[in-house]
Amino acid sequence: MKTHTAGRVSRVAAAAVCLALTSMSSSASSDVSETIVVKDFMFQPTSSTVKAGTTVTWLNRDDEPHTVVSDNGLFRSAAMDTNESFSFEFDQPGTYHFVCSIHPSMVGTIVVQ
Amino acid sequence: MSNERFSQSRRNALRCMAYGGAGTLFLLNSGVLTPVDLAQAAEYKPGGSQSGKPLFVQISDTHIGFNKDANPDVDSTLTRTIALVNAMPARPALTIHTGDITHLSKPAEFDRAQQLLAQLRTTEIHTVPGEHDTTDPTVTEYFSRFGRASDNKGYYSFDHAGVHFVALVNVLQFKPGGLGTLGADQLAWVAADLKARSSSTPIVVFAHMPLWTIYEPWGWGTGDAAQLIEGLRRFGSVTVLNGHIHQIVQKVEGNMTFHTARSTAYPQPAPGEGAGPGPLKVAPDQLNALLGITSVSVVQHRHALALNDSTIA
Repeated sequence: MKTHTAGRVSRVAAAAVCLALTSMSSSASSDVSETIVVKDFMFQPTSSTVKAGTTVTWLNRDDEPHTVVSDNGLFRSAAMDTNESFSFEFDQPGTYHFVCSIHPSMVGTIVVQ
Repeated sequence: MSNERFSQSRRNALRCMAYGGAGTLFLLNSGVLTPVDLAQAAEYKPGGSQSGKPLFVQISDTHIGFNKDANPDVDSTLTRTIALVNAMPARPALTIHTGDITHLSKPAEFDRAQQLLAQLRTTEIHTVPGEHDTTDPTVTEYFSRFGRASDNKGYYSFDHAGVHFVALVNVLQFKPGGLGTLGADQLAWVAADLKARSSSTPIVVFAHMPLWTIYEPWGWGTGDAAQLIEGLRRFGSVTVLNGHIHQIVQKVEGNMTFHTARSTAYPQPAPGEGAGPGPLKVAPDQLNALLGITSVSVVQHRHALALNDSTIA
C-alpha cells in the first residue's frame, strides 16, 4: 500500500508492459495520480478529493524542507528537500489529514471516495 | 595583553567571520548571566568591563546539510564559529547546542556535524534536538548519537559551577496548526527536578523552540510552557534559551531572562515577513552580521544570570 516514488514508477512500468501484451483492462483506471505542490509554506491545494486507488504525490518547491505526516500514523515522509517528493497510494475511502512536522501550521486534507 | 593584541584578535575575528557564523558566550557574574557575542568575547579580558567567569557558549541551528543560496557553505561558518570559541583567552567549560544540528536528519549530516563539533576545545557539549533533527522515519539518528544524557528521552538536567541546567524537548509532539509541545510527562519530570533546588540556585533552561510565544502563526512558541514558567518564578535567577528562529529576541520578566540565539547557518525573516520562516537571502557582506553565538558568564552576587549579544560585523 505504501509506495515510494521510484518503486511506484517501476511497478507502473511493469504494469504497462503487461497491458501492452494483453488487452487494456479495467485495472488501468487505478493508475490515477494527484500532485500536491508544497510552496510558500502551504500545501497547494490544501484539500483534495480523489478516487480510491489514487497515488498522491507531494512535491516540495520551497527552499525549506518539508515533511508529510499523517495524523493517524498511516504515512510519514522523510524530510523532502527542494524538488524532492513523496508518494502514497490511497486504497481506502475516507478523510485523511496530514501536517508538516517541521512547520505544524501547514496542514492539508485528502478525501478519498 | 596589550590593546594592540586585542585589536589584532578583533580584526582576525572579524576577518574569520567575513562569511558569517558565530555564537554567544555567557558570562556568570554574581549569579547573573551575561551573553556576549562571540566575536566580542574573543576580546574578553579578566577584570575588564565584561567581568564574570565564562560559563558556557551557546551555538544553535547549525543546519549541517543546508546548501542553498542563503549560505552554500554552512560547514565553514560553523568551523569559523568554533575557531572563535577556541581562540578565547578564557574558554568556558561548556557548549550548549540548542538544536537543528542537521538540516534533514540524514546520518551523513549528523556524522559531519559531530566531526566539526569535535573540534570545540570546551570540555562538554550538551544538546537538544530541533525539528530538523527528528525527521528520519524512526527518529533514531539524533538519539543514537546524543540520547545517552537523557536515556533517550531527550530531556535531562545537570549542574555546573553552582548553576542548574535543564534541557527540554519541544519538537517531538506537534499539534497540527499549533506550537511546540513539552507534554505531560516532561512537565511532571521538570517540576520534580526543580523541586529539589533552592530558590537561590541560578537556573538555565534550554530548548530548541522558543518557550514563550514570539509569533504563533509560524509556530514560534511552546503551547504548554505556562506551567513550566510558573514553576520557575520562585527562583532568583532564571535564564531561558532557545534557537529555532535564527535571530535574537530577548525578554526580561521578573527574574527571568528569555533569549533566542542566532543560527550559525543562515538568517530567517522577522516574524510575519514573507510566506514563512525559510532561509533569508541577504547580500554576502551582510550575512556575518546576522549569524551568531551566545556566551554566558557567571557573576556571584545577585543570584541572577545575565545575557549579552552583539552582531559580529
